[in-house]
Amino acid sequence: MTERVKRLREQSLNTPPSLSIERARLLTQAYKRYAGTVSTPVLRALAFKHIMENKTIYIGEGELIVGERGPAPQQAPTYPELCCHTLEDFEVIHNREKISFCVSEEAREIQKNEIIPYWKGKSIRDRLFQAMSPEWKECYEAGIFTEFMEQRAPGHTVADDKIYKKGFLDFKREIEESMAKLDFFEDEEAYYKQEQLKAMAICVDAIVAFARRHAEMALELASKETDPNRKRKLEKIAEISFRVPAHKPRTFWEALQTYWYVHLGVVTELNTWDSFNPGRLDQHLYPFYKKDIEEGILTREQAKELLQCFWVKFNNQPAPPKVGITLAESGTYTDFANINIGGLKPDGTDGVNDVTYLLLEVVDEMRLLQPSSNIQVSRKNPDHFIKKAGEVIRKGWGQPSVFNADGVVEQLLRQGKSLLDARCGGTSGCVETGAFGKESYILTGYLNLVKILEITLNNGIDPRTGRKLGLETGHPTSFNSYEELFEAFKKQLAYFIDIKIKGNNIIERLYATYMPAPFLSIIISDCIQKGKDYNAGGARYNTTYIQGVGIGSLTDSLSSIKHHVFVDKTITMEEMLKALKEDFAGHERIRHLVLNRTPRYGNDDDRADQVMMEAFETYRELVEGRKNTKGGVYRINMLPTTCHVYFGSVIGATPDGRKAGQPLSEGISPVQGADRQGPTAVIKSASKMDHLKTGGTLLNMKLSPQVLEGEEGLEKLVHLIRTYFRMDGHHIQFNVIDSNTLRAAKKNPDQYRDLIVRVAGYSDYFCNLTDALQDEIIARTEHSAL
Amino acid sequence: MTKGLIFNIQRYSLHDGPGIRTTLFFKGCPLRCWWCHNPESQKTKIEFQYWKDRCIGCAACTFNCPVNALSLRETGIIRNDKLCIECGKCQQVCFVDAIEWIGKKMTVSEVMEEIKKDILFYDQSEGGITLSGGEPLLQSEFALEILKECKSQSIHTVVDTCGYVHWESLLRIQKYVDLFLFDIKLMDDEAHKKYTGVSNKLILGNLKKLSLVHPNIIIRIPIIPGINDDYHNLFQTGKFVASLGIKEVDLLPYHNIGIAKYQRMGKKYLLDNLSTPDDRNIQNIQALMANFGLSVKKGG
Repeated sequence: MTERVKRLREQSLNTPPSLSIERARLLTQAYKRYAGTVSTPVLRALAFKHIMENKTIYIGEGELIVGERGPAPQQAPTYPELCCHTLEDFEVIHNREKISFCVSEEAREIQKNEIIPYWKGKSIRDRLFQAMSPEWKECYEAGIFTEFMEQRAPGHTVADDKIYKKGFLDFKREIEESMAKLDFFEDEEAYYKQEQLKAMAICVDAIVAFARRHAEMALELASKETDPNRKRKLEKIAEISFRVPAHKPRTFWEALQTYWYVHLGVVTELNTWDSFNPGRLDQHLYPFYKKDIEEGILTREQAKELLQCFWVKFNNQPAPPKVGITLAESGTYTDFANINIGGLKPDGTDGVNDVTYLLLEVVDEMRLLQPSSNIQVSRKNPDHFIKKAGEVIRKGWGQPSVFNADGVVEQLLRQGKSLLDARCGGTSGCVETGAFGKESYILTGYLNLVKILEITLNNGIDPRTGRKLGLETGHPTSFNSYEELFEAFKKQLAYFIDIKIKGNNIIERLYATYMPAPFLSIIISDCIQKGKDYNAGGARYNTTYIQGVGIGSLTDSLSSIKHHVFVDKTITMEEMLKALKEDFAGHERIRHLVLNRTPRYGNDDDRADQVMMEAFETYRELVEGRKNTKGGVYRINMLPTTCHVYFGSVIGATPDGRKAGQPLSEGISPVQGADRQGPTAVIKSASKMDHLKTGGTLLNMKLSPQVLEGEEGLEKLVHLIRTYFRMDGHHIQFNVIDSNTLRAAKKNPDQYRDLIVRVAGYSDYFCNLTDALQDEIIARTEHSAL
Repeated sequence: MTKGLIFNIQRYSLHDGPGIRTTLFFKGCPLRCWWCHNPESQKTKIEFQYWKDRCIGCAACTFNCPVNALSLRETGIIRNDKLCIECGKCQQVCFVDAIEWIGKKMTVSEVMEEIKKDILFYDQSEGGITLSGGEPLLQSEFALEILKECKSQSIHTVVDTCGYVHWESLLRIQKYVDLFLFDIKLMDDEAHKKYTGVSNKLILGNLKKLSLVHPNIIIRIPIIPGINDDYHNLFQTGKFVASLGIKEVDLLPYHNIGIAKYQRMGKKYLLDNLSTPDDRNIQNIQALMANFGLSVKKGG
């Protein structure tokens, strides 16, 4: 690592995060100036332009890649048009023990006098809660589901290669062509399309102006610079920023800077769940790398330094803090940029190249939370690639995670994507499959599958509050068979999914109507050609996801009832319900029975795994294929982020022996401690789920470092991964750490500040996690081979 | 149908042969090595094990015992083995798994069902199954049937043997074995008798004969400080092994993780206070063996 990179990295890690009011202020100014006089897309575009033309420009000492979302590194803007922080929120953010953001007095004053008065009642969050039905609100408050879009925009998508092949001025020409083709005689949508295209054109000007401002500042800094080396670099930065992203990049450096301007455009326009990222970075960069190396204008070391400077930029952007209850829903919060490494080329051949290995070295040396990284493993990739990644994985800080590239292609093909679009796709966020650059794949919220079972066991009542939330499907003591119980569960599930989908379809329209994203629309096919916004169905593919949480806990609970109450008849339904109601207090024997004598998911035991398969299929059938409002359909994926902790906190004791309030199983991993047959059994159980029918699943496996020692250890890792993927597994990630280290870290956090662990689809500093999450990570079964 | 007595089937076993393997632990062993870390493997019958730290004192086992062989005392559960009819009821009702009957009669097809679960992992990693124990050849009919069945399904087979078996049974199974892990403990017969309970003549003789008919044998030597780690013994071992044309040796350094098992089974452990050999020791032994042209690995 060069001195420059070391310094920039340290700066990124050591600067305390703060909250910047600049964006909110500029946005509000623009809305005050234009609202009511122009169409909504144009209003959004003008506001974007106003921000990009007036926000503080930052070029840090020694930087090679330039541009910040806030006025400086580690400064997070707010998005009052989505959710407007109250002064109390600011107080909490400022003072909270973990992941606090400094909020200045000035920011509070501006929030109070300018921002809140304008946005109160107008933010998407306010509109959304006004528009939701009483049933929806009750379910939301009871923790049956969460809602992603109540404070962040539906931005789940990833860039493809088009920004390296065309400049924004080329996009502008396409926008003009599309506008010229509008048919105001036959097409009743023509006016809307015109306004949308106008807005996109304004956004082109905005991003070009933004880059130019950096160029100008770099020139100015260069004129004052005394160090000739730095002076040359600043002049280079100026040259690059005068050129990109207006024109297509020609070199490796220009390509990286192009992406970074686009990234800042996307995340400044709206707060889009921060999963936006360059996607298949090694594929995109390789042509530039190869050409530059051949022409002798770039060395491998220089390329690495540029990439490392690029890495720091991601880490400089803390995720904008949330408001209200969602602080509890998500125990920690980081961004979700997740760079794809390896996989397939568009022609279907092995995509591993020199940049692939370079990226793995960068990931290893940088050790940053952001950007996160993953490898896309195809059967066509060499084992050497997995081993190189394994050398990073076994260091135990959670990156990179591992995906099945061939499985991703199959999932996308099944969803009707073209083979080419599928091969150019990958995974983003935590584990979500998408057709990069061509798809809006929106995660809308987590669904608490286990809570729905609890409500089923209480005939529609939520026992925590005594309120009737579900249907009356009969008192469980009246069920004569497991099938009757499952039928009741299915009815409840269908009922709650309907509530969620109805809400979603309203929320989608709210965003389409009030929150178009004309900048993002420029770079997602086919918004320009359709003259339609990304948020209104402009993308080539539009998929809406609901994420099922707790399949392990659900399976074990259903299996427990099935085997103990109906098959073996060891206990009666009354006894089970009484034990649950009393949180197993005084029912220790029943608790031990269900904990230790139930066929449980994760042991390659068909008695349990078939329960899982039936529950999974039922859930999938109820969701998949339902229509969204953007011309696409609903699908499922199985990931929790950290929501399994929140969801567990709203559920009483469950029939699998879990006590009230404890976390649920995460992703598709077994219940913590339930898997007792080792990693191959976990992988076998998990692979019985039909991953190809999802848009992503998450399997977490904790390995002690010893298992992965030496060349032999790497080989074992390759075998586990290859075998899982041979059975169509989607994703596996490894926490390589021993529990003693974690316990020590919990006790003495000061000595372990740098300890990063894989949480769910991402990694976080262990010491930043809540007690409950820390305990859970400690408890995850350690699969060491004796 | 032949049944065998198995006390554990371990999947994702990484140290008993190449690749990812499933290891079948046969119950029953003709040797009584002082350092044995699997005391539950020794007797050819099911055995009672009691996990005191798991016991919650619910006494369900005592109520359900048909012959009143169990009683709950302050120190935990006491079993009267004169009364006990080994019916296993107590284990069924012990939901905390404090009582465990070690050993299970299994048919070949039951075993094969377990083996086949990880067949894709064997394919991928060039792994397979390992028969271990105890001594698998004490149940040679059962072992033979499993090995035949595995070979008929192209599953790689390893047999880990102490060598103290009838030559005929070794000869019969060897066609179906891809690799032997053959243990040598001590070259001096008196010492061998003292520490393992039997003479080494049959063992060394079997190894010699086996080396003439089977091409793939790896020698395993447990390294027990003060018992067999002296220069003389290791020199003799190396010389003998090399003379048979065998090329590979695995050293298994002594460890005492088995002590707790002795306690749970109410057995006496003869090697108190012995420490694990350090790495330098092991390296010296590796160097010594290498002089005979042997390739020596630490661990299995």
